[in-house]
Amino acid sequence: MTRRHRVLPGFGLSLGFTLLYASLIVVVPLSVLVLRSAASGPGLFWAAVTAPRVVASYRLTFGASLLAALINGVFGIVVAWVLVRHRFPARRLVDALVDLPFALPTAVAGITLTTLYAETGWLGRPLAQAGIKVAFTPLGVVTALTFIGLPFVVRTVQPVLQGLDPEVEEAAASLGASRGQTFRRVVLPALLPAWITGVTLAFARALGEYGSVVFIAGNMPMRTEIAPLLVVTKLEQYDYGGASAIAVVMLAASFLLLLAVNRLQAWTARATSS
Amino acid sequence: MRTVLVLASVAVAGAAGACLSSRNSGAELTLLNVSYDPTRELYQELDAGFARQWKERTGRTVEIRQSHGGSGKQARAVLDGLEADVVTLALAFDVDALAAGGLLPADWAARLPRESCPFTSTIVFLVRKGNPKQIRDWADLVRPDVAVVTPNPKTSGGARWNYLAAWAWAVRRPGGTEDGARDFVTRLYRNVPVLDSGARGSTTTFVQRGIGDVLLAWENEAVLSRDKLGRDAVEVVVPSLSIRAEPPVALVDAVADRRGTRAAAEAFLQYLYTPEAQETAARHHYRPGDPAVAARHAADFPDLATVTVREAFGGWARAQRVHFADGGVFDQIYEPR
Repeated sequence: MTRRHRVLPGFGLSLGFTLLYASLIVVVPLSVLVLRSAASGPGLFWAAVTAPRVVASYRLTFGASLLAALINGVFGIVVAWVLVRHRFPARRLVDALVDLPFALPTAVAGITLTTLYAETGWLGRPLAQAGIKVAFTPLGVVTALTFIGLPFVVRTVQPVLQGLDPEVEEAAASLGASRGQTFRRVVLPALLPAWITGVTLAFARALGEYGSVVFIAGNMPMRTEIAPLLVVTKLEQYDYGGASAIAVVMLAASFLLLLAVNRLQAWTARATSS
Repeated sequence: MRTVLVLASVAVAGAAGACLSSRNSGAELTLLNVSYDPTRELYQELDAGFARQWKERTGRTVEIRQSHGGSGKQARAVLDGLEADVVTLALAFDVDALAAGGLLPADWAARLPRESCPFTSTIVFLVRKGNPKQIRDWADLVRPDVAVVTPNPKTSGGARWNYLAAWAWAVRRPGGTEDGARDFVTRLYRNVPVLDSGARGSTTTFVQRGIGDVLLAWENEAVLSRDKLGRDAVEVVVPSLSIRAEPPVALVDAVADRRGTRAAAEAFLQYLYTPEAQETAARHHYRPGDPAVAARHAADFPDLATVTVREAFGGWARAQRVHFADGGVFDQIYEPR
């Protein structure tokens, strides 16, 4: 009797470790969250998550997060492209700058952005004269979420772009493709799976963001309250059930979205490789 | 191999346990004081004063560690197991939550003088230099040309005092009624352009960003801001009537008994009522409760009529339920019409 051997040893041990690790870090805390929200009963749960203020905050959180992720989707590709395909002085400096939103404590980011975009700020003053208010409006929320989401798209697209040989584009050009065609038919399909991952990560990160947003949002009920703020509001009343109810809905929505994106990605990977 | 591992981990756990249990048997004693945000400097001085006095009285050294954060957040941390021997929070509602969690008896407030509030404060206005909008009293805050900065009372325990002060004035003004107060508070919050999540955030909004004409603040915070920024930047305006802000102190029985620190923790709380501690509090712009000390600092604290939450609102439990709970009066201000 022969046992089929895998190329890499230790599958059983590493799978066991993966499952244990995932359980301890992700599944156990999330189960506690779900249990806490279930403790208050379905009636209270439903009342908590369908209150007009909560619904308004979901709309803002998901809408602003999506918008910020898409903005980063466009400009992240541009930044990654410039960093990979061009050589210029201070390139490494710019490359390092991209990661700063990761490293900065979010409250510092929030206070800095608010200072900048408030009507007394460097950017806020000229914008206000042009009739655009950023701080303390939904636009401010989008601004903060765009800031914290920038590294995700750049860092996922960058390595793929590095692996993409410029000769492929040159070949396309020599075969008569225009620049637009080369980008659309050659570069974009190769980048798409990584790009989707980057945008999704930026989106997921934005959904849970609290620290930077509460400073710039102004926190006006029905207008600029994000869902995580309402979670904190509930906790401040020792309403653990209500807080976990709001969180569970966000969690379920994010999970479904991530699952859908995973499927979409598998599909694009198949479509572009065939 | 497995046995060795198990034995090793038992030994490590045992050693760790021994360290923990021996922590308070020596001369060195530590207490944890869980407090709210702006009291850091105040308690640093009070802690040092108590340590000195404790050393003189017992010959033993005591170290008091401090933890600061939003009042409600701190209370939740204690509920979830943060080992606070004493709590010194911004409002009795948060200590009541600890009592509901079984950490201390429900009648905790009666265990120390003045309902367990060694010193108090009140809510006043901070306005820009020269008071350009001529803001003198609560009535001015609902004028259409005035923007008011105050934190969200639902996320900030300290900010609930601001709201209640406005309500108390509106009920007590000549011809004031509960309906009139509701209308007044609604109009006041319509004048609030930014609801920060905490008191420090509102101070930043008002002072650094230059937003708003008036900041509602605790007197000790307002005076501190004025002294720090200079009198040519902001001024303090004292309204005709305000609320007496009573930050309570309490022993956390469950923790103190488990750690064997009850005697020292109780002595610390009693120290807060001594003339020395009251002087310290007055220097940090809290209104001393001790009449003699208060008389000495009378010039620092302008006279104004104050009401307490108990007098005006029937206690914190009721105030919370009527005004700040979900669907309460504060929520109704923002409900879509």
